[in-house]
Amino acid sequence: MAEHKIRVTVNGTAHEAEVESRLLLVHLIRDVLRFTGTHIGCDTTHCGACTVLLDGEPIKSCTVLAVQADGRQLMTVEGLEKDGQLHPIQEGFWEKHGLQCGYCTPGMMMTAYALLQQNGNPSEDEIRQAISGNLCRCTGYMNIVKSIRYAAEKLP
Amino acid sequence: MVPQTIAEVGGMGHSIKRKEDPRLIRGKGTYVDDIQLPGMVYMDIVRSPFAHAKIKSINSENALKVPGVLAVITGETLAQYNLHWMPTLMSDTQMVLPTEKVMYQAQEVAAVIASDRYAAADGVEAVEVEYDPLPVVVDPFKALQPDAPVLRTDKEGKKDNHIFHWEAGDNEGTNRAIDEADVVVKQDIYLPRIHVASIETCGCIADFDRVMGKLTVYMTTQAPHAVRTVFALVAGHVGLSEEKIRIISPDIGGGFGGKVPVYPGYVIAVAASVVLGKPIKWIEDRIENLQADSFARDYHITAELAAKKDGTMTGLRIKTLADHGYTDAAANPSKFPAGMFSICTGSYDFKHAFAEVDGVYTNKPPGGIAYRCSFRVTEAVHAIERMTDVLAHELKMDAADLRLKNFIPADKFPYKSALGWEYDSGNYHGALEKAMQKIGYAGLRKEQAEKRKAGELMGIGISSFTEIVGAGPSKHFDILGLKMFDSCEIRIHPTGKAIARFGTKSQGQGHETTYAQIIAEELGIPAAHIEIEEGDTDTAPYGLGTYASRSTPTAGAAGAMAARKIREKAKKIAAHLLEVAEGDLEWEPGKFSVKGAPQKAKTIQEIVFAAYTNHPPGMEPGLEAVSYYDPPNLTFPFGSYICVVDLDRGTGEVKIRRFVAVDDCGNIINPMIVDGQIHGGLTMGMAPALLEEISYDENGNVQGGSFMDYLLPTAVETPQWETDKTVTPSPHHPFGAKGVGESATVGAPPAIANAIVDALAHLEVRHIDIPITPEKVWKILKEKGVAL
Ligand code: FES
Ligand code: FES
Repeated sequence: MAEHKIRVTVNGTAHEAEVESRLLLVHLIRDVLRFTGTHIGCDTTHCGACTVLLDGEPIKSCTVLAVQADGRQLMTVEGLEKDGQLHPIQEGFWEKHGLQCGYCTPGMMMTAYALLQQNGNPSEDEIRQAISGNLCRCTGYMNIVKSIRYAAEKLP
Repeated sequence: MVPQTIAEVGGMGHSIKRKEDPRLIRGKGTYVDDIQLPGMVYMDIVRSPFAHAKIKSINSENALKVPGVLAVITGETLAQYNLHWMPTLMSDTQMVLPTEKVMYQAQEVAAVIASDRYAAADGVEAVEVEYDPLPVVVDPFKALQPDAPVLRTDKEGKKDNHIFHWEAGDNEGTNRAIDEADVVVKQDIYLPRIHVASIETCGCIADFDRVMGKLTVYMTTQAPHAVRTVFALVAGHVGLSEEKIRIISPDIGGGFGGKVPVYPGYVIAVAASVVLGKPIKWIEDRIENLQADSFARDYHITAELAAKKDGTMTGLRIKTLADHGYTDAAANPSKFPAGMFSICTGSYDFKHAFAEVDGVYTNKPPGGIAYRCSFRVTEAVHAIERMTDVLAHELKMDAADLRLKNFIPADKFPYKSALGWEYDSGNYHGALEKAMQKIGYAGLRKEQAEKRKAGELMGIGISSFTEIVGAGPSKHFDILGLKMFDSCEIRIHPTGKAIARFGTKSQGQGHETTYAQIIAEELGIPAAHIEIEEGDTDTAPYGLGTYASRSTPTAGAAGAMAARKIREKAKKIAAHLLEVAEGDLEWEPGKFSVKGAPQKAKTIQEIVFAAYTNHPPGMEPGLEAVSYYDPPNLTFPFGSYICVVDLDRGTGEVKIRRFVAVDDCGNIINPMIVDGQIHGGLTMGMAPALLEEISYDENGNVQGGSFMDYLLPTAVETPQWETDKTVTPSPHHPFGAKGVGESATVGAPPAIANAIVDALAHLEVRHIDIPITPEKVWKILKEKGVAL
């Protein structure tokens, strides 16, 4: 199996790694670089637990190869908090009880982050559409929608 | 309930923010796959493509040549240690790895240990297994026919595929009631196989320390203590002794019943770690999770409901065939092979009832576990709530009127049911009337009549369920002989802060918050200053774990009882400090004061400090307590749900327009968390009603074995739930709570099914099996000539 030297920037910090061609990005993030906030919940690209931002776009990192991220910018859940200040999305999930087991939460928050970048004032329907690729088995989504609305109102 | 404590204390009734969230919203939780131990290697599993086949040979040669592969473990390897079979929780037996034949598609056949996940997966591909297919038994009815092949050839003398017969109630009286009734309705109802599909799958890291002889297993388990004991019992003969076993259940990404059983993967990982002396990580993928882990439901029900002309229900008879797959690996209390199915008389005042269940072996994965519900309660509630509507249809009565007529009246509690349960408390009329008012029931019925004239299909469905949770009184309830109590140990630190450990294990329910609130309520110490720990068998007191909505009824009660022991001692210390008799003191949350002289008082913090610095002579210093709580009865949460649906005549699509849920779970610890539990439960109730099913073709090939076609609800299908409550405390629980995590999963499916059937009732449709997919609806529309 061919090995490749890649460089990725995660949450603003550059990392280098030697990876096999077939290594999935989610395994690079979790097992190699040890950002374990990004989770895995399926093998068919349905659950969204692995959602991160690649050059600002939300992607399911279980369906991207690590080598495809070479030279690019990644943002994971660990990048949301800045200078000890929770991001309004994180605050929203805490305030509005947007999580129970917390397993879907990082992926959900990254999808919400991308949504709010594009649309600062999404309607309930727009939020539901945006997170429809992220499965949550615990919450029934209602409080997730509220959490994202909270962030929309809080963000400048 | 008006909170008794101030917001800063955050006792019962306060919607305080969750204590577990700061780590989880930062991605700093520790789920099992997040843990990496030095020297850790990975395990992956070879699975059977056949539902029933003899294993002719397993050849590991090529697998062992794959770079990174360290070992291949087969049934023969385990047989050397007599570990190739294990007991199930129902005292049946289950293969860890087969030595002779496989019994279902996706069964574990061998395990490959390798230096990383990818190498392990390569190794799995390279293991060569030769099979000789055997006749497959898929249909449980056919499994009972005399010419059916006997599946459990491992059981000496076993001549058929019957597992157990269970019954409850008065057969003769029920027959008489049915014979003498004005009307009898009869209906077959099937509750298909489904899967809890928590977003985190199952897995473990087994770490055997050869020097210390100690086995530590980090695993996704809802019942760590019970698992430790099971491991000690199963592997005692190879030298694993219970004090040398430590089970750690870290953060869990959803359980819902699927993380109660001990799966073969865990046992293989433990065996591999003992053999290789390395930590072994095994994390199943989603397809393995759906295809091989314990399923829920799979009940083939035939129900008969007898009544007088005026709608008075007089008798209920339910016969069920339970498809258990190749072994009975249900997770029920030992004496209850059909769980609490005998709650099937529901919220109604029956004089006569009889229920029976027969368990059957087939070539499918084992299970029969819960799906976010107490043991088989959803099956029971679906049967009675569907039958009530079938009866209403037959009598041309309104479904709400029929329920209101037959409810157990509020003044009849505690109520002894025809099938033997003593319901603790209830106000069924109150809950349904509240739901009807909230949704505007009368107006909806008018609207429906108008829509029917216009050819539109709108339906209204009700479900007035009674749950049975909080197992349980240990004289009736045990798992493999282990009594189903639960526990709490509280230690108060000198500066007035505390740590409390419990025998349960949260999987998202928020125990770190609600347990702290229970103790805050009892002691007046702020919940923010009470640390809660669960899931480490080396530190937590023994308990039976979290499932069947039992945490609040049992461990929560233990928390209150342990706190009360502490308060008793605190009172003695306060009397000493204030130089008065104990009888002269009165308690308000957070302090003891002298009756009639409220300025003479000691706060709990002052008393605690004195316990370590100035304790009364003759008293032991310190302030700690343990409680093992054995509940005197189960608790019976209830509620009434009303669902309104609109059907699309062009596509058969079901749209839930409104869904009102009035729940009564007794006194509430944290209203925000209770609401969240109900939202989640409703969504997991909608899922099997509309979307989820795992079925098998005639060769035993699984259909719906990945998220490609096993459809979990997304945010788009899930409606806005409208929740409300009534509060009828449990009279026997220390703080009147009943448990809530599962009510909605139990109550929602019949409300939705009833609404859909109601939308079609004027076309003489009286039952549709769940999941009610657009395809099923469209076929009916077509048949009835109303499809567009
Ligand atoms: S892990 Fe499920 S979509 Fe990536
Ligand atoms: S919070 Fe558990 S899966 Fe979403």
